[in-house]
Amino acid sequence: MKVTQISIFIENKSGRLAEVSRVLGEKGVNIRALSLADTSDFGILRLIVDNTDLAKATLKECGFTVSKTEVVAVEVPDRPGGLASILDILDKASVNVEYMYAFVERSAGNAVIIFRFDNVDDAIRILQEKGMTILPGERIYGI
Amino acid sequence: MIWDPLHECLERPDLERLQLERLRNTLRRVASVPCYRDKFARAGIGPDDLHALQDLARFPFTTKEDLRLNYPYGMFAVPMKEVVRVHSSSGTTGKPTVVGYSRKDLNDWSDLVARFMTAAGVSSEDIVHIAFGYGLFTGAFGLHYGAERIGAAVIPMSGGNTERQLMILKDYGATALVCTPSYALTLADRMEKMGEDPRRLSLKVGLFGGEPWSEELRREIEKRLDIVATDNYGLSEIVGPGVAGECLNKRGMHIFEDHFLPEIIDPETGEVLPPGQKGELVLTNLVQEAIPLIRYRTRDITRLHYDKCSCGRTLVRMEKTMGRSDDMLIIKGVNVFPTQIEEVLFQVEGCEPHYLLVVDRVGSMDTLEVQVEVNENIFFDEMRKQRAFVDMLEKKLATTIGLHAKIKLVEPSAITRHEGKAQRVIDKRRM
Repeated sequence: MKVTQISIFIENKSGRLAEVSRVLGEKGVNIRALSLADTSDFGILRLIVDNTDLAKATLKECGFTVSKTEVVAVEVPDRPGGLASILDILDKASVNVEYMYAFVERSAGNAVIIFRFDNVDDAIRILQEKGMTILPGERIYGI
Repeated sequence: MIWDPLHECLERPDLERLQLERLRNTLRRVASVPCYRDKFARAGIGPDDLHALQDLARFPFTTKEDLRLNYPYGMFAVPMKEVVRVHSSSGTTGKPTVVGYSRKDLNDWSDLVARFMTAAGVSSEDIVHIAFGYGLFTGAFGLHYGAERIGAAVIPMSGGNTERQLMILKDYGATALVCTPSYALTLADRMEKMGEDPRRLSLKVGLFGGEPWSEELRREIEKRLDIVATDNYGLSEIVGPGVAGECLNKRGMHIFEDHFLPEIIDPETGEVLPPGQKGELVLTNLVQEAIPLIRYRTRDITRLHYDKCSCGRTLVRMEKTMGRSDDMLIIKGVNVFPTQIEEVLFQVEGCEPHYLLVVDRVGSMDTLEVQVEVNENIFFDEMRKQRAFVDMLEKKLATTIGLHAKIKLVEPSAITRHEGKAQRVIDKRRM
């Protein structure tokens, strides 16, 4: 029930993000979801792509520092209060969210929230107990 | 193994007797060199004023500036017809300094290098890959002659073209590597990038020199290449490599005192410091014919140890150089040696050896930025952890060097690699 995400260290200067997307594009890697955390010096770019291994190898070859992490994708109806319902569950169970980002599915009309937890397995169990829909990696890579 | 037990294991009174005799001869020979004639006259001193080794402290120093002022051949003590070779310093700033060798000097040089190569465990069984650039720089030729003198097989590879270096290293089966310590890491980096294991090379020992390096860097090289990494010391003005070298105890470099008389001075006052004190190394040539220098200020900061080494050599040991009295950075009034910062970085598990110090001045305030290349070991997917790592490094640096340095994480290979000496400092201040 986990989704593999790759994180890339990029210096905060012009052209680095473009470079990442260019080399991935050249290899035919499609980006499914993206988030960027940045400081004045550097940023951490997180990507979910359709071919994680190829993306990681390609970026490493181009000299980027890349790591793989497991995140959790939760599907909620795309309507007001959707996100709040999940956060409420997590808060009550004292599950700490390291970071999160979201996107909307084109066809299904649902929103997908990507969560990075300290303790992934516990978080999945709690969300499932509360009847939340957790999307397997294959679903996200293939969107 | 000891190459020249007669000279490397002399009892100190015998050594000092030999040094005094040789020093007296050298002073007489240089007295006719215009630069020394003037210096001695100004100091009101001459060769006959030397009665004991301690009297040397009364003689004036020689500096790189003297060599520049007498460029190119003004410091030579023999006519050009007796000179068979000319070398010069790597000269990154200004005119290079020029040195000459007589036939005997070249012969002596070969033996001096053979001494430290033997001390590092090199023998006639070895294949020695020399990756120093051949040319005016003394490094490559010095090691070349020493290895030949020992009877080892020499591969005069020269510098540059890392890919080709690796092919030759693998195919020719070198057992000893000669280069700068930073280039040894470049070779390891490149192999690992190509998916190969540098530990599988047939290398057993590395003889590294040409730039100061820390104990941490030594451990890193030894681990990644699975070799014994030894340090040696020399400077072109004095002879080139062959002034001093480590034995396998790796407890300092034995200075070949029958050829070079070492003193440690306070770089500010010029006073000779007592044994064991840290200061600037000053060397006097005792044997050199073509260009013997008296009390040459090396600008290298070190410490001398006179207690006996278990290897059997009685020669004094100098510590790894801890920086230079003239490239010492003064930032916000604090003296900083780049090697201090290197030590801190290497103490952090998984930290990349590639770093660059950028010194600048904003208004009237000095700033120090330490750029560190990020690798997988120090990259965290969570910003909180990444920031905590930066804070930890900054804190460690502050306690070590006594001032705040900003850590800037940069992408791998963002810092330019040099095939020769690593550039570790960019000083943008106009002083």
